[in-house]
Amino acid sequence: MLHQIEGSKAMARTIALCRPQVVCAYPITPQTHIVEGVGELIRVGELDDCEFINVESEFAALSVAIGASAAGARAYTATASQGLLFMAEAVYNAAGLGLPIVMTLGNRAIGAPINIWNDHSDAMALRESGWIQLFAESNQEAADLHIVAFRLAEELSVPTMVCVDGFILTHAVERIDVPDQAAVDAFLPPYEPMQSLDPADPISIGAMVGPDAFTEVRYLQYFKQHTALTLIEKLAAEFEQRFGRQAGGLLRTYEAEGAETLIVAMGSINGTIKDVIDEMRADGIAIGLVTLVAFRPFPADALREALARARDVVVIDRAIDVGMGGPLASNIAIALRELPDPPAMHSAIVGLGGRPTSKASLHRLFRQAAIQPWEGPHFLDLNERVVARELHRRGKTRRVGPAAEGILKELEKERVEKLAERTS
Amino acid sequence: MNEVQKLKFYQKGTLTVGNRLIDERERNVQASLDRSNSLTSGHRACQGCGEALGARYAIDAAMRASERNLIAVNATGCLEVFTTPYPETSWQIPWMHSLFGNAAAVATGVAAAMRVLGRAETRVVAQGGDGGTTDIGFGCLSGMFERNDDVLYICYDNEGYMNTGVQRSSATPPAARTATTPAMGKEPGNVFGTGKFTPKIAVAHEIPYVATASVADLHDLEAKVTKAMGLRGARYIQINVPCPLGWGAASQDTIKLARLAIETGLYPIFEAENGYITHVRKIRRPTPVAEYLKLQRRFAHLFRDGFEDPRVAKLQAMADRHIKDYGLLEEAA
Repeated sequence: MLHQIEGSKAMARTIALCRPQVVCAYPITPQTHIVEGVGELIRVGELDDCEFINVESEFAALSVAIGASAAGARAYTATASQGLLFMAEAVYNAAGLGLPIVMTLGNRAIGAPINIWNDHSDAMALRESGWIQLFAESNQEAADLHIVAFRLAEELSVPTMVCVDGFILTHAVERIDVPDQAAVDAFLPPYEPMQSLDPADPISIGAMVGPDAFTEVRYLQYFKQHTALTLIEKLAAEFEQRFGRQAGGLLRTYEAEGAETLIVAMGSINGTIKDVIDEMRADGIAIGLVTLVAFRPFPADALREALARARDVVVIDRAIDVGMGGPLASNIAIALRELPDPPAMHSAIVGLGGRPTSKASLHRLFRQAAIQPWEGPHFLDLNERVVARELHRRGKTRRVGPAAEGILKELEKERVEKLAERTS
Repeated sequence: MNEVQKLKFYQKGTLTVGNRLIDERERNVQASLDRSNSLTSGHRACQGCGEALGARYAIDAAMRASERNLIAVNATGCLEVFTTPYPETSWQIPWMHSLFGNAAAVATGVAAAMRVLGRAETRVVAQGGDGGTTDIGFGCLSGMFERNDDVLYICYDNEGYMNTGVQRSSATPPAARTATTPAMGKEPGNVFGTGKFTPKIAVAHEIPYVATASVADLHDLEAKVTKAMGLRGARYIQINVPCPLGWGAASQDTIKLARLAIETGLYPIFEAENGYITHVRKIRRPTPVAEYLKLQRRFAHLFRDGFEDPRVAKLQAMADRHIKDYGLLEEAA
C-alpha cells in the first residue's frame, strides 16, 4: 500500500512486517526514527511477540541481539556512525559466530570533527567485519532491502547490514509502497536457526579456537560470502517477481549500453547521478552508471563484466581512507586489473560529512574524467583556497590549534573578504 | 608419596560438617547422586583454582533450581579459556561465550529470546571474572541491573586479571602486588584509596537480590544460588575465589584463604533484597589480617625481613571498617 511517509517510518513498518522477535534500541542520529517507529508498532500491538529492549549503549544493543539470535530469536537493531564503531567488537563477533542479525546503518560521517551528516565512513570502517553490506538507492529500496536482508542473513547464517544514507533517505518524506503482511510472510519464512542454545540439546557456542582450526573457520566465512553473491541475485529476482519492483541484487546499470564513461556509486547519490547522465546523454555524451548494491560480498566478476567495455570509469566514494584514497575505488581497481584492456579509473571523493553534491559539480567531474584525467583521489568541490591558506598558516608556526578551528576561521575570513568586496 | 590420606570426620556442629553426617535433605547439591556435573572434569584450570570450584557449585545449584533448564553466558576470562579449548568443552549445559565485556547484555538477549519464544521457564545465568564484571563489563552489567532483566549474574572474584597474567583490576585489594602494580618504589603494590566493591553498587540498583559468597562456605553458596534462582529479575552474586597462581599461594590453601578473607572481615558475606541488606554472615573466629596476608606472595613485600609494613595496619583498618559497617561480629552476650 502506498504511503506519503518518512523513510525511517517506512523502514520501521517494513521491519515490523519481517516479524523480528527481539529489537534493541539505542539512540543515535540519524537512525533513531527507525527504532522509535518499530517501538511504536510494538506498543500499539501492530507487532506482536516482540521484545523491545532499551539498552545503555550500542555495544549492548548488538550484544543483546547476539544473545537473542544465538537463543533462536530473530534479532534486529539499528545504528550509525560512532555507534557502529562503539559496537565494533560485537560486529565482528556476530559475524564470527555466524548469527543472522539484521542491522540498519543510517550512514553518517565519523568524528573528529564530530559531524552528524551523511557519508559512508561508518560502513567503510567495518567493511572487513564479515557482515553482508547492502546499500539502498532510494527509500523504497531501503524499506524493501530489509525483507531481502532477513531472508539472506538467515539462509546463510551471516549477519547483514542495510546501509541507508542518513537524512537524505532516513528523514525524507516521500511516496513509499509498504507491502502487506501476507506478501512478506510468503517471501520470508519463520527463522530456523542453524545453531541455538537449548537445554534439550546442549552445545557450547563461542569456544576458543587456536591455530589448528582458525583458518578453516575464516575460510567458511569467506565461502559463505562467496555463496551470497549467487543468493543475492536469486533473491533479487524472486523479490521482483513477488513484489513487482526491483530491490537488491549485486548491482544495477543505467544507460550503460555503449557508454564510454561509466560511473560507479553506492547509495542515494545514484539518483542525482542519473539526472546528470540524462542531461549528458541529451548532449550526446556516451555516459552511463553502475549502481553497486552489494559492497560485501564484493561482486568483482559482475563489476568486471559491467565495466569491461568502458574507456573511463569514475568511482564515487562517499568516504576517505586517509592513508590510501577512496575505499570503493581501491576495491574497483582490484576488480579491473584482471581485464586485458582495463578502462582508466578515476577516483572521486564526494559529499563528505553531508556536503550536498550538485548536478553542476558532477557535470564538471564527469566531463573532466574523459578530457583531463587526474591522478589519485579527486576531492569534489574542495575549497582549495581555504585549504591553501590554512596550510600556509600551519607552515608558519607549530602551535596551530585544532584543524577544524583553523578551517572554520579561514572560511569566516573568506566570507568577510567577499562581503567587503561586494560592498566596496 | 604413597601415603594414604587419613580421613577426618568432623562432628555435627563444628565448622566443617561432612555431608555423610547430616540429614540427606540438608546435604548439598554436589553431594547428591543426581548432580548435573554442568562443569565436568577434564578442564584445564590450575590446581587449587577457586573459580573452577565456585563455578561447579554455583552452576550445579542453578541447574537443580531450574530443573535442568538453564542457559549460561560466559565472559572472556579464565573460566571461558580453561573450559572450552576447541574442540573440547567441559560444559554439559547450553553455554555461550561472546566477548569480554558483554556477558550481561548477551544474557539479556537470551532471556528476551526465551520469553518471546514462549520458553520463559528456561533460566539464564551470566558469569565472568572480576575484570569482565567490575571493569570492562560494568556498563552492560549496570544496564542489565537497571532494566531488571531476568538474569542471574555470577561474578567469580579472584581480585585481578589472572587469565592475562595477573594484572590489577578494580577488585584488586590495596597493597597487592600484580604485574601492573609491582612491589616496587615508594608505594609497592596496588594503591590505597582505589578500587570498588561491586556488590554495594549492585545493591544501589535496588535489584531483587544481591549476595556475596565464598568457596569457603559451599553450603551457603549453594543456598544463595538456589534463593536467587527462586526469584525473577536481575540478581547478582559475587563469589570470592582465591587464585593460587595470581595470589602466590599454595594450591591447598584455596579454601583456607577464602575462609580467612571472611574471618578477617576483609570480604563481607551478606545478602540484600531490593536495595536493603537482609542478612549478614557473622565472623565466627575473628582473625587479624596479617594471618591472611602472610599466606600470599602478593603481599610478601609487607613482611620483609621480619618487619611489618605500616600498611598492614591500614588493611586491618579496612577490615575493621567492614566489621563495623556490616555488623560482622556477634553481639556480646
